[in-house]
Amino acid sequence: MRAYIASRLAQTALVVFLSLSVVFGMVRLSGDPVLLFMPMDIQAKDVDEFRQRLGFNDPLAVQYARFVAGAARGDFGESLRYQQDAMGLVLERVPATLLLGSTALLLTLVVAVPLGVVSAVRRDSLLDHLGTLATVLGQATPGFWLGLMMIYLFSVQLRWLPTGGRGTLAHLVMPSIVLAAFFAARIARLTRSAVLDVLGEDYVLTARAKGLGEGRVIGKHTLRNSAIPIVTLAGLEAGQLLGGAVITETIFAWPGLGRLTVQALLNRDFPVVLAAVFLISVLYTLINLVVDLLYGWLDPRVRLR
Amino acid sequence: MKKYAGVGLTLAVLLVAVLAPWLTPDDPLRADLVQSLRPPGTPGHPLGTDQLGRDLLARVLHGARLALFIGVCTVLLTAVVGGLLGLVAGFVERWPSAVLMRIADVQLSFPFILLAMTINAIVGLGLRNIILSLSAAGWVVYARVVRGEVLSVKQREYVQAAAALGVGRPRLLFRHVLPNVAPSIIVVASLQFSQFIVAEAAISFLGFGVQPPTPAWGSMLSESRDFLYVAWWLAAFPGAALALTALGVNLLGDWLRDRLDPKLRV
Repeated sequence: MRAYIASRLAQTALVVFLSLSVVFGMVRLSGDPVLLFMPMDIQAKDVDEFRQRLGFNDPLAVQYARFVAGAARGDFGESLRYQQDAMGLVLERVPATLLLGSTALLLTLVVAVPLGVVSAVRRDSLLDHLGTLATVLGQATPGFWLGLMMIYLFSVQLRWLPTGGRGTLAHLVMPSIVLAAFFAARIARLTRSAVLDVLGEDYVLTARAKGLGEGRVIGKHTLRNSAIPIVTLAGLEAGQLLGGAVITETIFAWPGLGRLTVQALLNRDFPVVLAAVFLISVLYTLINLVVDLLYGWLDPRVRLR
Repeated sequence: MKKYAGVGLTLAVLLVAVLAPWLTPDDPLRADLVQSLRPPGTPGHPLGTDQLGRDLLARVLHGARLALFIGVCTVLLTAVVGGLLGLVAGFVERWPSAVLMRIADVQLSFPFILLAMTINAIVGLGLRNIILSLSAAGWVVYARVVRGEVLSVKQREYVQAAAALGVGRPRLLFRHVLPNVAPSIIVVASLQFSQFIVAEAAISFLGFGVQPPTPAWGSMLSESRDFLYVAWWLAAFPGAALALTALGVNLLGDWLRDRLDPKLRV
């Protein structure tokens, strides 16, 4: 087990290193980085000074070595816009994103899993049909549109909720619903089909045949066995929540990692972009590792190697 | 039900996209400041006008052209590139396979939308670049699925038999393996299609991708944010068009999967 985790962590390090190298390469190959970094109205003299100060006159290999050495220590240089440590700037935003992401994940699980289970158990009931309709619509509705429509309804018309920002619980309501909506739809659909699969298994028939109550058949024999595909998807989606957060945070001016990344890209603040890429890929691969470990716990037949 | 709704909606969007210039007399780029921010139902402007007095109906209909064009190009590009790579990696195994799967791991260690957006921000904005960056982020899914399928198909008797008869490797790959992998490629393509369309809109919404004044649904939604208090229709209609398109294509993809490859999970 320990060896497995160690090798997975080593793999994570490799993957993160490679993705950083790719982004570094793309940034450098996409043209003169100084011109990308500088505002339009800059003087030629300032450009030279800037170039010298940031070491862009050195050979590319030297720059890359310096970048890797810095990245290994978590040092991505200074933000070109805020004159602050890029990694520090990124780390400051992490709690906000984690708060939003975990609220959305919790909301997803609380709504979607029961909906999926009930839809499967009461197959072809009115609730099942309504649930299917809701999930199909939920999957097709882009988050940023849902967000805009909710702002119009709840902030502009009803004046119940703030349009954006962070602070009170009311600020969290709309962003977490928007972030959760798409994932909830997918998880509900998957839960329904996973539970339906398991309900057809022989051991469920056995459990019923020996006279167990429906509650125990569902709660104990069905749910635990349907959990594996659900956990897989929830894990994959937890990673995608980071992607969804980019859009949700932008709509609701939520001061998280996603919004910072978008702003850094728009400002061509590449040290911050690289630091954010680093942190996102680390978070993402760690989430996947946790999910893989969960499998082994849920299904002892899965042997981790 | 799925079939009719999916095929019907997708066909409707396709028709609208093709016929856009004939369905509405208005030029989606022609500004008329006298007529700015008119609500839906204004004579001559059934869906109203935007802040520059441009006809919203014309812009939404032309937006369908752009969305489908980008979606189709991206799906074709990713299917060909990802499909070929997956085919070779599954067939040759050894190092091409290992290298490809490592690259796939690196790509998948990053959320799709963020990857496409980052590439787009770096390579530059515009129509061609958004297609390229979506493709660069999206080919992995095909490569993975196709490689897995090839690994199993090439063990089947008919492939082994053809190999035993002395059929050359390229012919074996394209005549015997490819046709049996094709259904998976079609299913993945149909499931990816709506993802690409929504991703393009999201990226344009964030300010990368297709730029104003080109009528793309994403950038229209982005502009609509400044007028949400006075003109709800600017946000409502482009988004509804996007959602309907995604709905139709999703249903079509679900139906295709049920028909062709029920076990596939993407």
